[in-house]
Amino acid sequence: MNNEQRRRERLDRGIKVRTDGLYAIMSLRELCYLTVPRLVLIVGMLVLPLVMPSMYWQRVISIVCIYALLALGFDFLAHFVGLVCLGGAFFIGVGGYLAAILNTFLGFPPVVTIPIATLLGGAICTLLLLPCLPLRGVYFAIVTLMYPLVLMRIIEALNILGGTDGIMGVASFANRWIEQYFVISMVVLFLFGLRRLVNLDIGLVFRAVKDNDQAVRASGMNITFYKAIAVFVASCLGCLGGACLVHIYMWSGISLFALDFSILPIAATVIGGAGTVVGPVLGCFILVPISELLRAFGTLRIVFYCLILVAFIVFRSEGIMVYGQRKYHQFERWVTI
Amino acid sequence: MDILIYGTINSMALALMALGFALVYGISRVPNFAHGALYVISGFVTWGFVRALGVNYLLSIFLTMIIIGVIGALIYQFILIRVRGMAISEIIASYAIGLAILEGLRWGGFKGMTYTLPVFVEGSVDIAEIPVDFHRLVVVGIGGAVVAFLWLFTHHTRIGLALRGMAQDERAALMLGIDSDLMAVVAMALGSMLAGLAAILLLPLGNIVVEAGYNVLILAIAVCIVGGLGSWMGAVLAAFLIGFAQILTVRYLGSHYQMVVALLAIIFTLILRPSGLFGQQKELEERV
Amino acid sequence: MNNQPILEVQEATKSFGGIVAVNRVSLDVRDGEILGIIGPNGSGKTTLINCITGFIKMTSGKVLFRGKNISGKPAHKIADMGITRTFQIMRPYYSLPCYKNLVIPLFSPRAKRTGGWRGGGKLGDRDTVGIDILEEIGFERDSFVPYKIASTLPTGYLKRLELARCLALKPEIIICDEIFSGLSMSEIASMVPLIERLQMDGITLIMIEHRLRELFRVANRVMVLNFGEKVIEGSPEEVMADDKVKEVYFGSEEVEEVMSHA
Repeated sequence: MNNEQRRRERLDRGIKVRTDGLYAIMSLRELCYLTVPRLVLIVGMLVLPLVMPSMYWQRVISIVCIYALLALGFDFLAHFVGLVCLGGAFFIGVGGYLAAILNTFLGFPPVVTIPIATLLGGAICTLLLLPCLPLRGVYFAIVTLMYPLVLMRIIEALNILGGTDGIMGVASFANRWIEQYFVISMVVLFLFGLRRLVNLDIGLVFRAVKDNDQAVRASGMNITFYKAIAVFVASCLGCLGGACLVHIYMWSGISLFALDFSILPIAATVIGGAGTVVGPVLGCFILVPISELLRAFGTLRIVFYCLILVAFIVFRSEGIMVYGQRKYHQFERWVTI
Repeated sequence: MDILIYGTINSMALALMALGFALVYGISRVPNFAHGALYVISGFVTWGFVRALGVNYLLSIFLTMIIIGVIGALIYQFILIRVRGMAISEIIASYAIGLAILEGLRWGGFKGMTYTLPVFVEGSVDIAEIPVDFHRLVVVGIGGAVVAFLWLFTHHTRIGLALRGMAQDERAALMLGIDSDLMAVVAMALGSMLAGLAAILLLPLGNIVVEAGYNVLILAIAVCIVGGLGSWMGAVLAAFLIGFAQILTVRYLGSHYQMVVALLAIIFTLILRPSGLFGQQKELEERV
Repeated sequence: MNNQPILEVQEATKSFGGIVAVNRVSLDVRDGEILGIIGPNGSGKTTLINCITGFIKMTSGKVLFRGKNISGKPAHKIADMGITRTFQIMRPYYSLPCYKNLVIPLFSPRAKRTGGWRGGGKLGDRDTVGIDILEEIGFERDSFVPYKIASTLPTGYLKRLELARCLALKPEIIICDEIFSGLSMSEIASMVPLIERLQMDGITLIMIEHRLRELFRVANRVMVLNFGEKVIEGSPEEVMADDKVKEVYFGSEEVEEVMSHA
């Protein structure tokens, strides 16, 4: 039979198999294989503010980090729990308004408002999203889509919380270096934290809820409760971002509910590589500076994100980090059959 | 009395907005988040024909409906079909397309108060001593006709029955020789045409603004959730519920509370009766 | 094995719109026995199980577990009480390795309460306990099978994994939905001793089955369902010999023909 066909095989590199699960790290080479990418990431991010040419770009880094927090939350919810959150702006808005209120009406300094806004905001968001958690996935998408749009209109119509003008005069961070390093370190912290979380036992339960929630119910666990925990984690991330944002801009208004915050994390996740927690952060680093450059074009940048997003989804691109990880961990060869 | 009249008008308007969304979700289980975008595009296309090109109004309406149906079908055929079955990707893709269209229109300079469509019939009539525009009566009339037509279509024509079959059980429909992809395209085209019809009927009552796209999306989703995702009769009933609730709030609390009503309606439905009024979702969910 | 009914179902009825899937079915299961439920396709067996385990709300009827009314409780509460089930269409957690599949049931409140296996305790290492459980069902510790990703395993292994998932909860009742279906003869040969051993450990089993020969070997009592109604209940020999059962499976015309030729 001369019907030879070629097929591409992908095999894990030997070094990956040896170091999987940290069972046997025998040499410096294997140690480096594992740690170098992570070190590059951490060091790179910490060094970033120092190498930025101007204050404008330093501010951009802070904004990137805030979007990165949202993107981390989105990736976590979508690919590890199965809930698609179409309204990141909801978390930013709630966290931001809370921080602004705590600061302007109660006079707390940022050091106090940020943690409170994060946790309280997370609790409020989870509570508001609770009704749709026992239901199927599409309801969660619909409700998260709607909340920012509706809240924006309600604040505008009822003219509460500062209405269209917003709340002004929010205190800023003590010093711009603190501002930058705080958000950067938060991103790094939560990046590694989430990676750890999804491999803990409770993380496995989340992934199981995504895979097959009936089986999880049959094992005696209340799915709604675990979904609520996951939503709480993601909304804390978003609210943290919102609180920081408000202190950076010293103002909070309905633009916190803008579509930018909803769609950019999704685009960043898809481009950067869904499922790898690093991918979304990378995606933000790519998209946010581009968006800054495109600011002159007004809302065209949203069209831009959306079109790239659709292109990636339709052509089933795996995303940059997934591609990168594959290249790093596996090698390919052609095999004739 | 005037509550009755305004309520009916408002409810019919909501029903028209929501039917397109309900149809597409009911048949292909894809939430069409581009619904609002299609609504606004229809408005602008009609405006283009009527004001810019000076085409006869009726002809423009006809052309717009066809164009918007084609646009909807194209969206499905080229984008959504490739992500069919992958729930997360479907949702994201549909949302992204909707946003792209709406924000693209906003960037294109289509904002401001300068775009209007003429009403069908000028003047008003007094019903029980309350002045009602003719146009609003036309809205109610056509709305009722559309609902009746839909009912007949889905119960008595082959394509309509095929669509219902697909809505109930896609696999079974496939086995009976109903091409589910084709049906989904048809559903999407129909849904877009309904959005277009709603736009054509409702936009003359105000201006064509991009914000209307988001408002329509919110209201359509609210109505569909209360009525039960996938049930178009439920959507009609829910439209009446929410429509009257909104008019009552406007009367007694003030007109800014309309959106609050929509939000509260959704939350209450999800807490008390998640499958909505006529939703079959609960039953389907129970199949293990 | 004593004669206390551990599970009682009284007049369970479930209708979906116009179709009555389960029509006033009553049964009781004694502690420690193996009850088989058989019947042609569409006779409502899986629906009955879904009603008992809380995945579907019954239209009417009651389910009593050790005398307590559990009808209408949500599925996870019922599993928490010790009534576990397997699924007809198996769905392991495909992206996880086998032993990690068991971490999820071991994370449940019931597993934490019953203290895990062999002293796992509250903070017990669930991975190790998972491997222990897999050994109970025949995946040897030293082989690579426990570490394989669940999506790469054949049906026979996956069925046993489903059982392991139930065992992790230290159940009192296991309801097996067509656990022998899709298995080869040798796979069944390795499952039957497992089932017998479960009975010896004191676990009550309810088995929905199509493979009657294997079922009759292990079952103490058998119940036949047809069109959602209970036809007969009794020991395997009684059921096999009954005319009504023959009618259910072979159709009434053929039975008459067979009878007239006899």
